[in-house]
Amino acid sequence: MAKDQGTGQKTAPEAPKSDFKIIGTAVPRVDGEKIVTGKAVYTHDISFEGMLWGKILRSPHACADIVSVNLDPAKSLPGVKTALQVKEGRVKYLGEQVAAVAAVDEETAEEALKLIQVEYKALPHALSLDKAMEQGAPQVHDSPNVEKLNEYSRGNVDKGLSEAEVTIERTYQTNVEIHHPTETHGSVAMWEEDQLTVWDSTQGVQSVQVGLARALNIPESKVRVVRQYMGGGFGSKLGLNDYTVVAARLAKETGRPVKILLSRKENSMCVGNRPSNVMTIKAGAKRDGTLTAFSLKNYTCGGVGRGDEASEPLIDIYKCPNVKVEEFSVFANTCASRPTRAPGHVQGTFALEGFLEELAAELGMDPLELRKKNYTTRNEGDTKIPFSTKGLDKCYELGAAGIDWQRRNKKPGAGAGRKRRGLGMATQIWWGGGVPGTLADLKLNADGSVEVICGTQDIGTGTRTLIAVVAAETLGLDPQDINVKIGNSDYPWAPGSGGSQTAPSVGPAVRDAALKAAERLKEVAAKKLNIAAADVIVADKKVYDKNKPENALSFKDAAKELRRETVFHGERKEPQEGFAYNTFGAHFAEVEVDTETGKIEVKKVVAVHEIGRVLNKLTAESQVIGGVTQGLSAALFEQRITDESTGTLVNHNLHDYKIATAKDIPEIVPIFVDSVDPRLNNLGNKGLGEPPRIPASAAIANAVYNAIGVHIREIPMTPDKVLRALKRKEERS
Amino acid sequence: MDKSKKKKHKTYTRRAFLEGMGGGALGVTVVSRLLGKDSAQAKSEQGELATLAKKRITFIVNGKSVTLDVEPRETLLDVLRNELNLTGAKKTCDRAECGGCTVLLDDKPIYSCQDLAIRANGKRITTVEGLAEGKSLHPVQQAFINKDGYQCGFCTPGFIMASVALLNHNKTPSQEDIKSALSGNLCRCGNYAKMTQAVQDAAGTMRKV
Repeated sequence: MAKDQGTGQKTAPEAPKSDFKIIGTAVPRVDGEKIVTGKAVYTHDISFEGMLWGKILRSPHACADIVSVNLDPAKSLPGVKTALQVKEGRVKYLGEQVAAVAAVDEETAEEALKLIQVEYKALPHALSLDKAMEQGAPQVHDSPNVEKLNEYSRGNVDKGLSEAEVTIERTYQTNVEIHHPTETHGSVAMWEEDQLTVWDSTQGVQSVQVGLARALNIPESKVRVVRQYMGGGFGSKLGLNDYTVVAARLAKETGRPVKILLSRKENSMCVGNRPSNVMTIKAGAKRDGTLTAFSLKNYTCGGVGRGDEASEPLIDIYKCPNVKVEEFSVFANTCASRPTRAPGHVQGTFALEGFLEELAAELGMDPLELRKKNYTTRNEGDTKIPFSTKGLDKCYELGAAGIDWQRRNKKPGAGAGRKRRGLGMATQIWWGGGVPGTLADLKLNADGSVEVICGTQDIGTGTRTLIAVVAAETLGLDPQDINVKIGNSDYPWAPGSGGSQTAPSVGPAVRDAALKAAERLKEVAAKKLNIAAADVIVADKKVYDKNKPENALSFKDAAKELRRETVFHGERKEPQEGFAYNTFGAHFAEVEVDTETGKIEVKKVVAVHEIGRVLNKLTAESQVIGGVTQGLSAALFEQRITDESTGTLVNHNLHDYKIATAKDIPEIVPIFVDSVDPRLNNLGNKGLGEPPRIPASAAIANAVYNAIGVHIREIPMTPDKVLRALKRKEERS
Repeated sequence: MDKSKKKKHKTYTRRAFLEGMGGGALGVTVVSRLLGKDSAQAKSEQGELATLAKKRITFIVNGKSVTLDVEPRETLLDVLRNELNLTGAKKTCDRAECGGCTVLLDDKPIYSCQDLAIRANGKRITTVEGLAEGKSLHPVQQAFINKDGYQCGFCTPGFIMASVALLNHNKTPSQEDIKSALSGNLCRCGNYAKMTQAVQDAAGTMRKV
């Protein structure tokens, strides 16, 4: 057992050995019954007496100056309580907020929007990366549309290329994906005197609290953000949203609660997306596969935002002495991109891993061997420090066995017939070490009931259950015995649920608090049992003498000895210095390509990950399955389509923006490498939110290459692209 | 229904209706819900533009007879969520693309966002709230818990209703049958693989009882 009791020591305590009874097993969610009976309350379901509906008037232009706004006709509509102008000057993307109303019901609010008179002076726009980079393209901001985003270099790429025996250069493209959480974005705002409470469909109650306080110029102490359940976020619900501020303003002005729910169309056009990336990689290698030089030029278009860097995987994963990276933002008149499950890494991995597949073919090498050839055990970027744990070699081994890797076409496209099979793989790196300083309180009541109170939130990963599992394990109880209280900014600080941070931040904080509670129970029980505290064991709903187990108190009776409720403060500590903490994984995919229709069917995906200790096998598997499914969906179907001539968005619904359904899903085999990282935290666990999303699209694209012998360097790999690629191949031969 | 202009029926508000008729014909929960919602601001608050002539409907919701006056344009989903406080069915796309609002109409799965409430007159509606019998969950619900057949849970009520509809008429579904039955529902977290396993498990449980 870890002995650290919050002494503030710098290094992480030893992670406990795997004598856990609950941690690491498959534990069904403690709130499962709520979810399957429809009782889980989402922001969409919040309703108050006297509540008004807020609606937002949005710019119909991709770029325009607002000349005038007349709210009066809307205000005079019966049932409308107030109307606000929320934007002056220039609107820079379709769907940007212009004005808002609050009315007694949704229909009246919608009607009122139609009555608001806005005079626009429409201006020229550029919607796509290509258009925005053209000579003389309309300038989106006050500076040129193309701006340096990031650069990196080590060694000398020119020298590396001159040493190479094989050199290739390829360009890869990923298009704009939309998060489309099933629950559209929304907030309900209510003031009680000067205290604001907002129920928000958010991934971060704490950051929305801070953001709202700033936006409204009131103290954080006067803002409470609450949310019990949320229907998906994937990055689009991190941080404060502009409509939440509007809801708070409308509520303030009317003195009544105001609910704003965005429509699916609004969710398509103005709450973020994954930016598009055009990435050119050039590399040199020796005949044996040793990389001598690597360069990446990345252009990323995140609309009015800066887009995503895509270079981290290329900089970090493989051993290569000479690396050069240049990345540029390209501004356009669409809404700002936002973090989207593994921002940058998904795009960068699609390019990097696709490139390695092509390089392997050029070298006549097994693509898996090429990756192993350039394997490294330290972070190859700036730090050069060793990875604390890197189970990637094990991922390769288990994945290759799981998919039966030797079945692949030794030469890409070697198969015959109309339907061609192929195997492909891709590697993943991500952070996922969690955030030191995360807090959790464990309240032990005198009747033996236990509460864990933490300002985190469950975004669907099963955080409630994870907390219950850790507390129950440590106190010898069942997960159902723990009353988990989360989703409220009044609770002790925890980071937003993004970046695969939650499990390695919250888990260790809860563990810390529960260990303190166990120590205290041992002290009070020792007196009662007439033994030394060191001889007391807390397990199996009892507190007992380790030398004489029948000398025992029930957990309840031991808690009674505390006489009143006692709160134990837990904190996630700093990890040991001098090590890099990253997650690793490798996906192996099998596909079948119909060479007549161009349709790709994914048959099987073996997804292997090294994330330190797995806390709940059941929910961890779901994370992997979800990551693979989203990666498949992006690889085959997803793309936002805009119309440059009218400045509008074409596919703003879930019919025209296609996402994968049950029918598209192959056999998915999640595997976890047996691993614990004792240097990182008291549980030895890392995060899992992002990792399974990262290599999924790339592995499928590489399998397609292996099947048909021509690499499709752009996702989504829709049938038209597949057929064009096959045609090109035919013409070449 | 378009002929009736709202102004004609200005006085026939939900509240006036309730005051006039007393509680007898309505389920107790419905009355308290509606009175609670309308009590504070009453008539002056009505969004008049949105009000059409109401029609009285009687239908069975989760085994209980309910009589309500609804506007002809109101969807079944809105009536379930806003009038009956049954918020399990979700409004995810509001145009029959995602299945988040799936309920059973006389045992058939429908997108309640695309069916008008008046069409439910005389019919039986089952929502996710009506599946469990007392403390005992429906086998599909239990299987979703056991298999972790969800993540954020927002689409789950719709998937569960689509699954129940399948198993009501097919006791031995193949994986392909299950995938087809669920293909009208979207799960953005992407947990289909676990849901299809859960439905297979539930089918097994239902065959035993």
